Amino acid sequence: MSVIGRSVARLEDPPLLRGRGAFAADIDFPRQLHMRVVRAEMAHATLLSVDAAPALALPGVVAAWTGADVAEIPPIPFRATKLKGLEPYCQPILARGRVRYVGEPVAVVFAESAAIAEDAADLVQVELEELPVLLDASLPPAEFDAAHRTEPAIVRKGYGEVEAAFAGAHAVLELDLSIGRHSGVPLETRGAIARHDAATDTLELHGTAKKQHWNRDEIARLLGRAPSSVHLFEGHVGGGFGVRGELYPEDLLVCLAALRLGRPVKWIEDRREHLVATNHSREQRHRIRAAVDEQGRLLGIQNTFFHDQGAYVRTHGARVADMSAGLLLGPYVVPAYRATGHFRLTNKTPAATYRAPGRYEGTFVRERLMDAIAARLGLDRVEVRRRNFVPASEMPYTRPLDALGTDVVLDSGDYQALLDKALARFGWNERCTAIAARRAAGECVGLGLGFFVEKSGLGPSDGVRMSVDATGAVELVTGAASVGQGVETALAQIAADALGVDYRKVRVVRGRTDRIEFGSGAHASRVTVMSGSATHLAGLALRDLALETAATLLQSSADQLSIREGMVCRGEDAVMPLGDVARALAPGMPLSRHRATPGLTTEGWFHSDHMAYPYGVHLAQVALDRMTGAVAVERYLIAYDVGRAVNPMLVEGQIAGGFAQGLGGALFEEFRYDERGQPLSTTFADYLMPTIAEMPPLDILVTEDAPSPLNPLGVKGAGEGGTNAVGAAIASAIDDALGGKGLVTRLPVTPREVLRMLGEIEA
Amino acid sequence: MSDTLHAVRLTVNGRPATLRVEARRSLAEALREELGLTGTHLGCEHGVCGACTVLMDGAPVRGCLVLAVQAEGTSIRTVEGLAPDGAPLHPLQQAFADHHALQCGYCTPGFLMLAVAMLEEDPGMAEAEMVERLSSNLCRCTGYAGILKAVQAAAAAMRGAA
Repeated sequence: MSVIGRSVARLEDPPLLRGRGAFAADIDFPRQLHMRVVRAEMAHATLLSVDAAPALALPGVVAAWTGADVAEIPPIPFRATKLKGLEPYCQPILARGRVRYVGEPVAVVFAESAAIAEDAADLVQVELEELPVLLDASLPPAEFDAAHRTEPAIVRKGYGEVEAAFAGAHAVLELDLSIGRHSGVPLETRGAIARHDAATDTLELHGTAKKQHWNRDEIARLLGRAPSSVHLFEGHVGGGFGVRGELYPEDLLVCLAALRLGRPVKWIEDRREHLVATNHSREQRHRIRAAVDEQGRLLGIQNTFFHDQGAYVRTHGARVADMSAGLLLGPYVVPAYRATGHFRLTNKTPAATYRAPGRYEGTFVRERLMDAIAARLGLDRVEVRRRNFVPASEMPYTRPLDALGTDVVLDSGDYQALLDKALARFGWNERCTAIAARRAAGECVGLGLGFFVEKSGLGPSDGVRMSVDATGAVELVTGAASVGQGVETALAQIAADALGVDYRKVRVVRGRTDRIEFGSGAHASRVTVMSGSATHLAGLALRDLALETAATLLQSSADQLSIREGMVCRGEDAVMPLGDVARALAPGMPLSRHRATPGLTTEGWFHSDHMAYPYGVHLAQVALDRMTGAVAVERYLIAYDVGRAVNPMLVEGQIAGGFAQGLGGALFEEFRYDERGQPLSTTFADYLMPTIAEMPPLDILVTEDAPSPLNPLGVKGAGEGGTNAVGAAIASAIDDALGGKGLVTRLPVTPREVLRMLGEIEA
Repeated sequence: MSDTLHAVRLTVNGRPATLRVEARRSLAEALREELGLTGTHLGCEHGVCGACTVLMDGAPVRGCLVLAVQAEGTSIRTVEGLAPDGAPLHPLQQAFADHHALQCGYCTPGFLMLAVAMLEEDPGMAEAEMVERLSSNLCRCTGYAGILKAVQAAAAAMRGAA
């Protein structure tokens, strides 16, 4: 029986359960120094002077740098997209001339202990002259510097005859919708530990995540070194969610310091720093217009949106705005579409991706629109969605759009069928009846839904190297990374299935640039699709090589042999351990000589030009407290088609965890600022993440009805569907509880907002 | 900025230990840096997230809010003390694995220590009380469902063993 599709125990768990993990803060090197960052305390100001001399006078302080000391280091770059002209807006590793958000690094101090470094950082004198702040991306752009305004780019996408669609419409709807600023906020803050091995002239960076190879190449370029002399290492990673593992100023600073000071340098972010320094996300305002016919079918959509990027362009460039425009339409047929995305800078922490980037936002917008269409035409909310679905018969369905540089081709899916399954499992009709009765009895209760299409498996290529040693142990070296989601277990299952070994015998090596030349890391729900497919291909090739070799050794034919539990078998008889086959292919052995590479080892590469699109629906039931404005989520269901689940337990874990994060953004979490741009959410007492007490009864339905035709396993990524539609479904349910008037136009829906809306309907 | 080191005598995971720490050092930092017990994690350093939860004389405390010097004479238990290396996992640790109660594992030691104290106090604890107690710690990966199931399963196992 294949180990793919089974909820086997995670390989990752034992060291984590025993407290033997190796997170960034757990990494120490002899004679290391500790770095502390001095951060801007105004949101927008001219940087008149920075005086580090008082810090240097403190015993135990080894060095202190200001922007002038690192002037030769170029700003942090971004991964290329089609948009041009973003370079002037990139962030220098220490501020020069001007500061643009509270938390921007302006100086760094290096000392013998973290405590001394922190003491010394307080002594650095930073003289600022306050400038007017811009805190709303929907206001007209202002000055970024003497030569640039705060709108680095406008994302434009579209197709079809939009004007004609509106001219011929039965009804036109216009909505103004906003999503609050929130982000991944992993439990482990960031950390970076660099050391330079002068003996071999190798620079090492530890505590890394997500994009080791790209980051390595860029660090090498920015520091003027050969990539082969820089290596990144990944230990345990305390949650990624999009924000961790991007290249940040602190990563460059520790590397530069290790080179200049000749000692290892360790930096561990504190929580207040994290909440102002690590990427924020999500903040957008959409002014969407839709044209529909009498049946509620979409004729055209015109959407102008404002993306609040914060103070600088970071490593994602304009990708979130790009995806917001490219993936907005989700599961629906839309004959004409035009999106105009204003990618704008403000005086807040820079933003980038957070789990379901652009889709959490877009699904909220699109599904609010679908509810509005139903309300306007007096149709059932479910029925409006059904009428607009891309039918299963049209798959694969090409939209004349692109996202992340790939054409949007919905690869497979039966949206109608999944919706039916979900409604039945949730008991939607019965709940509608029950809700009506409770309303009649005076309760403020409602049901909501959000349908969505996710994307996963971003290409273009991924490779792995898989080997069996003379003891029969299997090693899989991948350029993928782990952010704690169970990558090792999933890849080991795929490798074990292809080769014919116990998955627990597969050691997965990830997140290390010194073990594999290329890698794309862990993001965009790509690992199971891309690295998983590469692993599958490598495992099959390795199996063929093992059988062919064993056949020679056993004077048999390969088609009479198989591999089970690490043994070569002839019929039912185990005849040779895989380790013996490996030994026969060792360098110098006769059988190895006609092969390009000795050893029982293969590489597997998988290439893909298109993404795989999983899809799902969220259903919610809420009750509002008229006295407090609190929203109680009474019941929630997520149905998600992932094509094929390698490990259903891990898939459900991804969905449940993603849901909790989505719920945070729907009801609780927001980075707030005062009118001068001072951040107000700088502790966990102000930035409210859900605890177990906020978790509703959650039902998860994972289906495998639409395997992806784009990869040999049929898999689609499972990392982001739990998050995607939470804002949409919760908003829909709250709005329903308030009478379905379209009052809910902004996330998060806080108790204060609920009370305001209750006042509105009762007035 | 105090350079004076204070000697703190205490018991850690059943063994006597002496810490030499500045007065401002937190217990969590001292456990990590003086004793190498890096299983105790720091998530916020202001007492909200609970990742640093350890047991002091049997009661869960925030390791980031207790100064090391306050631990003089106490008995501290950390995640490393739940099951010695090489020994089978503690029933609660095993239940966490069985019920997928961890993903990245960063909050896990804090939840384990919080829950161990709960179960030792009352393995028959009602679900509502469990939820109330567990709401003192934050997890960003799992959505908590697995954590509650694991604690309930371990409680059942411990009731059976008692």
